[in-house]
Amino acid sequence: MLSAYAITLLLTFKLAAVTTALLLIAGVPLARLLASMRSPLKPVFETLIAMPMVLPPSVIGFYLLVAFSPQSGLGKFLESAANLRLIFSFEGLVVASFIYSLPFLVRPIQAGFEALPPSLSEASFTLGKSRMRTFFSVLLPNVTPAILSGGVLAFAHTIGEFGIVLMIGGNIPGKTRVASIAVYDEVEALHYGNANDYALTLLVISFVILLAVSIVNRRRTRLA
Amino acid sequence: MISIHITKRLSAATGPMDLKVDLELDGREFAALYGKSGSGKTSLLKMIAGLMTPDSGTITVDGEPWFDSARGINLHARSRGVGFVFQDYALFPHMTVRKNIEYALEGAHGGLSCGELLDTFELGGLADRKPGTLSGGQQQRVALARAVARSPKILLLDEPLSALDAETQTKLREELLNISRRTSFAALIVSHDLGEIFALAKTVFMLNNGAIERSGRPSEIFAGTALSSKFRFAAQVLEIEKADVVFVLTIAIGNNLVKVIATEEELQNIRVGDKVVVASKAFNPIVMKEG
Repeated sequence: MLSAYAITLLLTFKLAAVTTALLLIAGVPLARLLASMRSPLKPVFETLIAMPMVLPPSVIGFYLLVAFSPQSGLGKFLESAANLRLIFSFEGLVVASFIYSLPFLVRPIQAGFEALPPSLSEASFTLGKSRMRTFFSVLLPNVTPAILSGGVLAFAHTIGEFGIVLMIGGNIPGKTRVASIAVYDEVEALHYGNANDYALTLLVISFVILLAVSIVNRRRTRLA
Repeated sequence: MISIHITKRLSAATGPMDLKVDLELDGREFAALYGKSGSGKTSLLKMIAGLMTPDSGTITVDGEPWFDSARGINLHARSRGVGFVFQDYALFPHMTVRKNIEYALEGAHGGLSCGELLDTFELGGLADRKPGTLSGGQQQRVALARAVARSPKILLLDEPLSALDAETQTKLREELLNISRRTSFAALIVSHDLGEIFALAKTVFMLNNGAIERSGRPSEIFAGTALSSKFRFAAQVLEIEKADVVFVLTIAIGNNLVKVIATEEELQNIRVGDKVVVASKAFNPIVMKEG
């Protein structure tokens, strides 16, 4: 039988891992698309994606809560079509974290793609390679540092998220109760020792992750 | 036979410019494209390669239409069969020299093997190094090897030697000449360097204000046809000094510095830094009393 501490931390990491994986799958192509976009609408898309960076999490959480609630059109549709209820569920947390952490992943990767000289993909084309092949064999390997920092930022950010999770996830142990919520909860109950267990764990993990990224990137630039 | 008849509106630094080019190349010819910066030379190369789309016209290579605006044909760059040497070389930084060439060879039919290419371009010792650790001249050789790997129908070179020192330039120029003699593709090189053009190209196209202003053999284009010189060198003026009634010019011919004398009249249009042609019609015979 796992302790409440372990259950909460496992859930926290599961949420961060699932969110980051989904973000990488969708965010890397999105970053490439934005980097190569010439449309006058580009700033609009960029702004939309960047919104979560400046909005209070509770604002996003509030709108997601409204949108996902079974009374709304979207919530009703998801529930009848996919039997998916996004409020007060793990799936809902994943969707919310995805939206909230998207800019933290997309922006560094987009910058990475934009920094690549266009002649790299042009050279690949003249060597008889398709767009897809060029993307995977030439472009992607040259933005790995950016993908690494973007992925780690998104992961760390999802672990640290509080406002959105509270708004649409609530505080259901084993289901939606992540570490950042648990800290708040324990403090409210005046269990400072328990709160410190969570808080210290998050502190140490965040430090170790960022340190690791910085060391890896430093080694890469020295090799290049 | 390569024939290009295209128009394209370009946005240059000085405003929009209309590029209208008609040129024909023999299938095995080494030709040069000469013109001021901003005259549309790189754009023309990119349109031949399929990396930029002309507004209208046709590009036909050995009877095969690569681009035809009237018939809606626009072959993707990957299907055209061009070798492109980019100004920044565009080597893939994450791949070794060998991997760069192997990537080019993938899916190619016939032609040279990776080992042969490494040998031809004297890259054997560098095969496992990444491009970032190579000198400019070495990177240039890799770019060339990669561009010719797929036996292209036309090799396009965008000022490939301009960033290198004079000695490396001379050496690579010879290598380029060797390849072009042994292979069967046409080559079009963008160059500002008269020495390079005289050494490499049979034909030169002079691009000015978006149009081919003149074309012909380099000696005809740059020296005029009337001159029947015995000695003729492309050179660059480094210094002009006045000495009594004449002027002493210090000029660079390749790596050699030479001082020549010029009259004020000759110097009317010549400034320091200009590219010039130095020619001598005949030697003055030395006349001495016998006995």
